[in-house]
Amino acid sequence: MPTLAANTEFEIRPAAAADLDAVIHLDTQITAMPKVEYWHGIFERFGRRETDGFFLVATSGEGVLGFVVGEIRAWEFGSDPCGWIFAIEVSPDLRMNKVGTALYAALCANFRKAGVSRIRTMLARDAQLVMQFFRSQGMMAGPFIQLEKELDE
Amino acid sequence: MNLKMATRHALFAILELADHPRAQISSAQIAEKYAISPNHLSKVLRTLVCKGLVEAIRGAGGGYSFVGNAKRVTLLDIILIFEEIGTPPSHKQEPGDDTAEGQALRMVMGEIDAISRATLSSITIDTMLKISRRTPGIGSAVHAL
Ligand SMILES: CC(C)(COP(=O)(O)OP(=O)(O)OC[C@H]1O[C@@H](n2cnc3c(N)ncnc32)[C@H](O)[C@@H]1OP(=O)(O)O)[C@@H](O)C(=O)NCCC(=O)NCCS
Repeated sequence: MPTLAANTEFEIRPAAAADLDAVIHLDTQITAMPKVEYWHGIFERFGRRETDGFFLVATSGEGVLGFVVGEIRAWEFGSDPCGWIFAIEVSPDLRMNKVGTALYAALCANFRKAGVSRIRTMLARDAQLVMQFFRSQGMMAGPFIQLEKELDE
Repeated sequence: MNLKMATRHALFAILELADHPRAQISSAQIAEKYAISPNHLSKVLRTLVCKGLVEAIRGAGGGYSFVGNAKRVTLLDIILIFEEIGTPPSHKQEPGDDTAEGQALRMVMGEIDAISRATLSSITIDTMLKISRRTPGIGSAVHAL
């Protein structure tokens, strides 16, 4: 497993339009589904907001190492406003170097600053790696259960 | 969902050993802390040694130590050594299974099993130790080794 050189510093900052190509490249590498328009839409929605939506990137001299996106959602099914984290990805070559933890912590700090005290996410049941990551950050099952149905059944 | 006694013993033993990575801990110490039968625990520890998760050092100053990777081994990995979660593939037909009601019941129970598995496979020993540190024990059953 490659590691960041001991003296490699990375910073977490809001995503800029110039980061989008790298974000799309990373996401395509991880999910094998190129979604160019989707990421431009996410940037339009969250990249320019500073109080209720956050799109952060981790960067070093080597470029974008990872990113995280989250927003504050209020009163869904009676829930108090809470921070939703709906995407987090770190370059496969640079994992297990605490980049994910730093992105998560930076997003939590933004949520806290915006006045929310709880963070939520939703994951595929078989997404074991991401689930292990969120568990390692102290997240536990919340009070909601996700249900779904084919509309034409 | 209830775990079998052997499974609980195994989880306690692994957590105790993984929490003290450089120590050799005797089965009597673990049995005392968790108020469990030393005989049962010894059998469970033998199984964990066979599975390569625990090492036994004999003689004075000896004891057991965890030799797995606490950041990779999950609760599910340990539980599956001792019991199935949900309906095993070898499950024999039970009366009513072929009916629509029997199948519907299977489907609903299957949902619960899938959630149990996902939960148990998402918690590594390392994460479980973090959860334990945040969780206070109740009353006098809390001992330090
Ligand atoms: C989940 C992910 C963001 C973690 O990033 P990372 O930079 O490797 O995470 P960190 O180094 O900060 O790890 C933090 C903790 O997560 C857990 N963890 C991370 N990778 C793990 C792995 N492969 N196995 C088990 N636990 C793991 C560990 O408990 C780790 O704690 P440690 O640092 O004390 O070892 C990264 O693996 C990833 O991008 N995965 C793919 C994500 C994805 O598919 N996203 C699409 C949907 S949003």
